[in-house]
Amino acid sequence: MTRHDLRGLTRRQLLTRSLSAGALAVVGTGFIAAPDAAWAVEVTAITPEQMATLLQMARDIYPHDQVPDRFYAVAVKGYDSAEQKDFVAEGVTALDAAAKAAGFDSYVAAGWEEDRVKLLQSIETTPFFQTIRAGLVTGLYNQKEVWPIFGYQGESYSQGGYIERGFNDIDWL
Amino acid sequence: MVAKFDLNDDSVVVIIGTGAGGGVLANELAQKGVKVVALEAGGRYLPEDYINDEWDSFGQLAWLDARTTSGSWRVHKDFATLPAWIVKAVGGTTTHWAGASIRFQDHEWKALTTYGAVEGANLLDWPIDSAEMAPWYEKAEEKLGVTRTGNRPGLPGNNNYLVFEKGAKALGYKEVHTGRMAIQSSDTTGNRISCQQTGFCFQGCKWGAKWSAAYTDIPEGEATGNLEVRERSHVARILHNEAGKVTGVEYFDKDGALQMQKARIVCVAGNSFESPRLLLNSASSMFPDGLANSSGMVGKNYMRHTTGSVYAIFDKPVRMWRGTTMAGIVQDEARHDPSRGFVGGYELETLSLGLPFMAAFLNPGGWGRGFTTALDHYENMAGMWIVGEDMPQLTNGVTLSETKDQHGLPVANVNFDDHPNDVAMRNHAYKQGIAMYEAVGATRAFPTPPYPSTHNLGTNRMSEKAKDGVVNKWGQTHDIANLFVSDGSQFTTGAAENPTLTIVALAIRQADHIASEMSAGNI
Repeated sequence: MTRHDLRGLTRRQLLTRSLSAGALAVVGTGFIAAPDAAWAVEVTAITPEQMATLLQMARDIYPHDQVPDRFYAVAVKGYDSAEQKDFVAEGVTALDAAAKAAGFDSYVAAGWEEDRVKLLQSIETTPFFQTIRAGLVTGLYNQKEVWPIFGYQGESYSQGGYIERGFNDIDWL
Repeated sequence: MVAKFDLNDDSVVVIIGTGAGGGVLANELAQKGVKVVALEAGGRYLPEDYINDEWDSFGQLAWLDARTTSGSWRVHKDFATLPAWIVKAVGGTTTHWAGASIRFQDHEWKALTTYGAVEGANLLDWPIDSAEMAPWYEKAEEKLGVTRTGNRPGLPGNNNYLVFEKGAKALGYKEVHTGRMAIQSSDTTGNRISCQQTGFCFQGCKWGAKWSAAYTDIPEGEATGNLEVRERSHVARILHNEAGKVTGVEYFDKDGALQMQKARIVCVAGNSFESPRLLLNSASSMFPDGLANSSGMVGKNYMRHTTGSVYAIFDKPVRMWRGTTMAGIVQDEARHDPSRGFVGGYELETLSLGLPFMAAFLNPGGWGRGFTTALDHYENMAGMWIVGEDMPQLTNGVTLSETKDQHGLPVANVNFDDHPNDVAMRNHAYKQGIAMYEAVGATRAFPTPPYPSTHNLGTNRMSEKAKDGVVNKWGQTHDIANLFVSDGSQFTTGAAENPTLTIVALAIRQADHIASEMSAGNI
């Protein structure tokens, strides 16, 4: 996964270079970045707008308010490839068409999650939606860095299991 | 001293598969001085190789060769190419199993007699009973080191169990304990290290505390000098002569080259998908419907247990992943009591999944906040699994698919529809499971649909009469005297209990029978 640390850029520079600003991320030329420039994803095959759409889809499909954007970015970064380019372009075009038909400028431009979820429901049976959703199951939840946010402790053998680390420490029953 | 037998040695017993059935049979025969070649499609993985990571382990151990599905079961919709979560490795699914080791109840050997005919079900009595099986169960419990049998103590309960136990007792359940488990529970009653409450039982026990053929029966058999295990050897077909006796097997070796191993006896133990698939793929001009299939029952009557899970969220942490994955059981509902609206019974057993698998299995295909707010409280979740007797049906089973595997062989298509009895039982179990957790203060509960099957049974079933099934009471095929079935596909009916102990008991018994029949010159 390529993630460029853009701490060298000022927020103003980023905003100046942005093409559009959705709820999620600032889109620049060849990359999208968090508004606070804490992280960014470079794109080479698909457009920054398309990546921003995938990111918003990821957040709307599996919304966890306590999980920062960068984990969702990692989960969809793989779609930035020559093989996936057309698949993404067609899917995003169809989703944006649904958004326009519903009176929004684009899917990302719909401000309320509720509205965006309705748009996603309208494409729920398409291979595009199903592929993105299924990919997120591992792409998002199998990131080891995400697990502590949910309290999951992962590997335990190297620490001797839980026999002396609270396997039966429940205290509220 | 590991044996090495010649491909033309026609005195060997060839066993196909090395799991609970084949792995145990191989060792038991080797201990009796019988020469055995065990052909295993998977590779060899030992505790040092196992991975405390759900997806990485799945990639390492699971059977991922092509399979197809059909029917109205939800697995077909959500996991169309993964009807089962079982293992392709030396030791088979004994690396993955949770370790629950409980005997059939007496009446479960006689399902047709006890329940009566059930419309749409193809029930049959086993040609054996609990009195016949008792000594073999005892040997199996000794081999596996089952807790709460012999002088072996039970395991301590983990957090997930403590929640489960309190809920069970609040509902008035009496048969509630930490299970009869093939997991070492003390340092003084067996030769394995005791359970370190690590979790990841499904990913292979890195301590070797859980019994698995991979690091017990297989090396014990090899140490006799009578057992050769050929790993990464995928059997393509079983061969026979003009007299209708099997003579050997063709298999693809680890390099993909086709080999032929001669045999005096062939025992099929590839699980309830691969065993019937192999018999069907071995069709010949003499046996156009496949080997041992004069009854037409090869591949039929597939059972997968009536399963499902109940997960629940509490307002405080449970941390269910800590410790033994299957940490306890409620047996009160395992009885046969038609007043509940179904025949047969079910067990409730604790279960936990890590976050990655919970995301995949809690509600497959689910998305949005209804789904994610459940995972948000993963730390406060407790879980249990339902395992109950499902009805054998002629239309449930394995046929050859249009899809071919990497060797060009037709793969198994698994067709399954729930019987109304299965649905009624599952709904009853969901209700009881949810009530248990609500009694402990659950704020939200989830009746989770069945996972890809782990208990795969019945596709070469045992029957007294040749027209009703594929094998006789010894697992010997009705049609071909030197062809045996040695895995869970022999099951006439599924009973409510986790099947491994019964598979092992049948394998020990079958080894005894084969060895004595060989000595007598009968086969």
